[in-house]
Amino acid sequence: MNIIVCVKQIADPEAPEESFTLDSEKNVFIPSAKITKVLNPFDEQAVEAALRIKDQSGAKVTAFSLGAGLDRAVTKKPVFMGADELILLEDEAFADGDSWSTARALAEGIKKNGSYDLILCGRQAADWNAGQVGLGIANFLGLPYVTVAKKIEIIDGKARVERVTSNGHEVVEVQLPAVITVSNELGQARYPAIKNIRAANKVQPVVWKPSDIGIDPSSVGKNGRRLHLLKLFKPVIQGTCEIMEGESTEEMAENLALTLRRAKIL
Amino acid sequence: MGDHKHIVVYGEIIEGQLGAMTKELLGGGRGLADVLGEDLVAVFIGDGIGETAREAYAFGADRVYAMDIPGAYEANLYAGGLANILEHEQPRYFLFGHDDQGADLGPALAFKLNVAAATDCVELSVEEGTKRLLVTKPVYGALVMAKFSTDDLPQIVTVRPKSMIAPDPVDRTGEVRSLDAGSTALNGRVKVLEKIVEESEGIKLEDAELIVSGGRGIGDAEGFKKLAEVARELKGAMGASRVACDNEWVPATIQVGITGKIVAPRIYIAVGISGASQHMSGCSRSKTIIAINKDPRAAIFKQAQYGVVGDWKIVLPVLMDKLKALD
Ligand SMILES: Cc1cc2nc3c(=O)[nH]c(=O)nc-3n(C[C@H](O)[C@H](O)[C@H](O)COP(=O)(O)OP(=O)(O)OC[C@H]3O[C@@H](n4cnc5c(N)ncnc54)[C@H](O)[C@@H]3O)c2cc1C
Repeated sequence: MNIIVCVKQIADPEAPEESFTLDSEKNVFIPSAKITKVLNPFDEQAVEAALRIKDQSGAKVTAFSLGAGLDRAVTKKPVFMGADELILLEDEAFADGDSWSTARALAEGIKKNGSYDLILCGRQAADWNAGQVGLGIANFLGLPYVTVAKKIEIIDGKARVERVTSNGHEVVEVQLPAVITVSNELGQARYPAIKNIRAANKVQPVVWKPSDIGIDPSSVGKNGRRLHLLKLFKPVIQGTCEIMEGESTEEMAENLALTLRRAKIL
Repeated sequence: MGDHKHIVVYGEIIEGQLGAMTKELLGGGRGLADVLGEDLVAVFIGDGIGETAREAYAFGADRVYAMDIPGAYEANLYAGGLANILEHEQPRYFLFGHDDQGADLGPALAFKLNVAAATDCVELSVEEGTKRLLVTKPVYGALVMAKFSTDDLPQIVTVRPKSMIAPDPVDRTGEVRSLDAGSTALNGRVKVLEKIVEESEGIKLEDAELIVSGGRGIGDAEGFKKLAEVARELKGAMGASRVACDNEWVPATIQVGITGKIVAPRIYIAVGISGASQHMSGCSRSKTIIAINKDPRAAIFKQAQYGVVGDWKIVLPVLMDKLKALD
């Protein structure tokens, strides 16, 4: 069983707002140097899903990451968690892509890597929030897909997936090979284990450039974009909170009742 | 690119009625169609859609199509079917809801048609001259908004629930044209075995006028029982932050936020919630936000209209008693 997991390196999505600067001239949102780089949390859960299958029935897990100037310590996290190999599509040309150009390059990389039974992605990346790359890879490789999974089991060459829906979940069975995107409901991703460290240290990432996967640098990253960013701006947040006064918490709470009643809110 | 014209909306019938998201899409789509002077088209897929689809006319559609696909919703099958609409319509824009089905189908159709999709958009407008659709969506956990467009046609967009206004129905009807589902290579490779409803009973979160929502500060499942009691007394529904759901204090179906439900009640009471952008993005359209948090620096106070800095275990019982005393 060959499992591919696609992981994206991003700036810590729960870093406080003050640690980003918006440059509206250049249309970029820049994390300060202090913010740690992390794996997109949903992608970490995709790695976890792969490793649970590996623990159950054995599998070779290969992580793929695409970008420019990737931090080795971050992109190697899947290997420290227990993945077997790491392939980086890394080149300046891969920077600033959109879902379309990213999915296309990942699909080419996955093809070049050889056989696959299951391809896992996070449901969306916490930075651009698009949720399309998994669907794109499925399309480019001609595979069926299931999105927003919270549980994946392999039974007789099929994946049985619990897909999160707004009022519960569905149980979906998909023939392999297939693409499945993973959601946080899958549960906490494991921490890198001490026992993996020695083996993981030996794993050297394979690095491929656009030419290695047979695509023109002009059709990846920024140049391959089809969705064009026109403007980045801060949302307007009205900032007029009336904080209840009082000598004690009880008094503040009573004042809240009085205020809300007077304003005919409650 | 060829002669792309008109706006197609992906419609859904839920429990025998036109879905709330569908009405919102028809409302938003109608506005864009009027700006362009083009038609608004609704397309439905399902098991025995029948006459309910006709209702789309009352909400602004100029043409309505229905495609019969037996069995439960399955993305690969539906996306394959949807591509067949192009034999009848070559839309300029194709709008989906950003929900269970739309978020799944919109991008898949885009890749099939070799065009770009923009997802989870909250604002749509027509660019003068080019007639391109300009879309705005929250990015970086909703810390910033991004405006995008594309030169691809059709432009495929998924729209966030509660960001367009559903129109009042008018007395207007027409025929429902049937569409052929065709078949694709992926047919039969995916099977939906079961659909499980885990939603708590009572008022639906997305329909509630009042929501009492709790976060990590509630502390445990026991605490949420008290919160549920308050929600019940105020005739509202209970929501939660992702932390509370991930801790399994409450079911994931009541998560509010970018990866949970988008709500816009009249009153949103946030209790023990810090106000992370990913959470607030799901409730910022509430009319009045009331925050109870023991940390005066909590970000929630930047977006709330009324706040109490204090322990909810003290605040809530006193608030409820005082409200009753004032009745
Ligand atoms: C990609 C991504 C998507 C996400 N999507 C969502 C989403 O859809 N929805 C969502 O909610 N989050 C989402 N998050 C998580 C989000 O970033 C925050 O981590 C989360 O919202 C914080 O939840 P919280 O406010 O309950 O917890 P915390 O941030 O820990 O806040 C708890 C608050 O409770 C207060 N408190 C503690 N005890 C008491 C007490 N006794 N009385 C009163 N106040 C008290 C504290 O002062 C604190 O402000 C997402 C994150 C990422 C990265």
